Amino acid sequence: MNDSGTSADDPLAPRLTLEGPLVLQSGVSLSPVTIAYQTYGTLNADKSNTILLCHALTGDQFAAGKHPVTDKDGWWHHLIGPNNVIDTDRYFVISTNVLGGCLGSTGPKETNPETGQPYGLDFPVITIRDMVQAQARLLDQLGIAKVFCVTGGSMGALQTLEWAHRFPDRITAAVPIAGSYRHSAQNIAFDEVGRQAIMADPDWAQGNYLEKGTVPKRGLSVARMAAHITYLSEPALQRKFGRRLQDRDSLTYGFDADFQVESYLRHQGSTFVDRFDANSYLYITRAMDYFDLAEENGGKLANAFKDTPVRFCLISFSSDWLFPTTESRAVVHALNANAAKVSFVEVESDKGHDAFLLDEPEFHETLRGFLDGAARSVGLQDVATEGAS
Amino acid sequence: MTETPTTLPTQMQSGIRVDLQLVADQIKPNSRVLDVGCGDGMLLAYLRDYKHVDGRGLELSMARVSGAVREGLAVIQGDLDSDLKHYPEGAFDYAILSQTLQATRNPKGVLEDLLRLGTHAVVSFPNFGHWRVRLSLLLRGRMPSTPTLPESWYDTENIHLCTIKDFLTLVDDMGVTIEAGFALDGHGQKVNYAVTGWLANLFSEQALFVLRR
Repeated sequence: MNDSGTSADDPLAPRLTLEGPLVLQSGVSLSPVTIAYQTYGTLNADKSNTILLCHALTGDQFAAGKHPVTDKDGWWHHLIGPNNVIDTDRYFVISTNVLGGCLGSTGPKETNPETGQPYGLDFPVITIRDMVQAQARLLDQLGIAKVFCVTGGSMGALQTLEWAHRFPDRITAAVPIAGSYRHSAQNIAFDEVGRQAIMADPDWAQGNYLEKGTVPKRGLSVARMAAHITYLSEPALQRKFGRRLQDRDSLTYGFDADFQVESYLRHQGSTFVDRFDANSYLYITRAMDYFDLAEENGGKLANAFKDTPVRFCLISFSSDWLFPTTESRAVVHALNANAAKVSFVEVESDKGHDAFLLDEPEFHETLRGFLDGAARSVGLQDVATEGAS
Repeated sequence: MTETPTTLPTQMQSGIRVDLQLVADQIKPNSRVLDVGCGDGMLLAYLRDYKHVDGRGLELSMARVSGAVREGLAVIQGDLDSDLKHYPEGAFDYAILSQTLQATRNPKGVLEDLLRLGTHAVVSFPNFGHWRVRLSLLLRGRMPSTPTLPESWYDTENIHLCTIKDFLTLVDDMGVTIEAGFALDGHGQKVNYAVTGWLANLFSEQALFVLRR
């Protein structure tokens, strides 16, 4: 798999197999580990212009361009490009599919070399730290010693904070968006609902659905429906759907999707199963649940960022109740305790957690301004004009 | 209450408000600075660009924070009455509090915090001992409303106004050293009274002090 990056018929290329095993936080040694990734822009001569994008729970490496499975635009396509917020004339953007993911990186649906069958539940439990270690190893092999900026929303923010904690000297800037230093009890609770929905589906077959040739569609779509509610906000749902009926003039006195909001959620659930692996969903939600930077550092979050040289920009959204502003503020306070260089903005929005994926001009301009400032501070220029001055 | 509370003079001089220029003049190059109530970061940007200062800012108004962050400044949204305590002792060479002390819930505690996290504190405030203030209450029998303090009593954020003399008494009680002090006019420009004298307390509209633990 090492050079499948050159394979023209692999829609998930490039992929890179790590040299040697990856020792996971659980102590398990995983090998081989392959990471699929996408890049946008050009790496500059001194390899100093990399922005690492970390995707959210159900995201993937296709942050820009067309998605090969869904044919939809990448999750941050509106931010990435020449002269855009994440300016590909200046930055070299790397976006990886996380370890445990289902779009080309090693995860539960890939083949277990010991059995020749998909891993299924034999895949070891992974953590946010493991995802980050895998990314760091990928960058090692690409010869990128220092990253200009790590950023991402939601689970991407968890990875970003883990990066800042684990590799403070390897990154110049970190922008955790709509995230937290730990998964709250409420977050764990919602994840558990999703996992139980998947595992209650007979088609899940104790995790062996790939061998059985079934797909736990009902379970996975219910998991997605429940989770999707947490990505929105009550005002956003009200604005978008209210109590409006779906393609009918009156109630049917049955359990069809009478309401638009029901129909919308069912659609979200059913399209999700076409692009996401149920076991990956179990593993990745587990990784998020296990994340707690404070506990890992003697119960004191400030210890996670001791004398950090990293420039931080935290961004939260006022109506986000999955990762509310209080969580970002706790990180800000921990960074203040280290007199770290930190910017923090709560963007006023009624779009809930999902706002980080949507058209939110204030968020975009904040990110642009912060990146510009950080780039200025390390003398980063557009790749084409490099050496011109 | 970190939001700059009063309508302050906006007279510009070399791109920066004159009252901010005097504050900037107190800061040594290449130092570490926390600007409490930094607004849209005008002072921090100036200090960064002209004095190579490593600056941080705290500001209550989200709109102003947003503007400052877009300028590439390390500014966070927060409230000085609750957020100063998170910063470690001696983290900064200077902690700046410009025209905001009188709007805090606990000015003495804030001063103590500034002098805990900064080696120096640079503090400016409107002088409630100014003759217009005194005369306003004496002759009109109403809460003073002056060009420097224009708001009515019911909508001002200034809840802890003091005179220069009051301030001097407080810093003396606290055992704090005054390294420098300036009497200022309504535009924030220096006037020629000794800041510790009675003339300053009667005729200057604002004052600026550099304090040290």
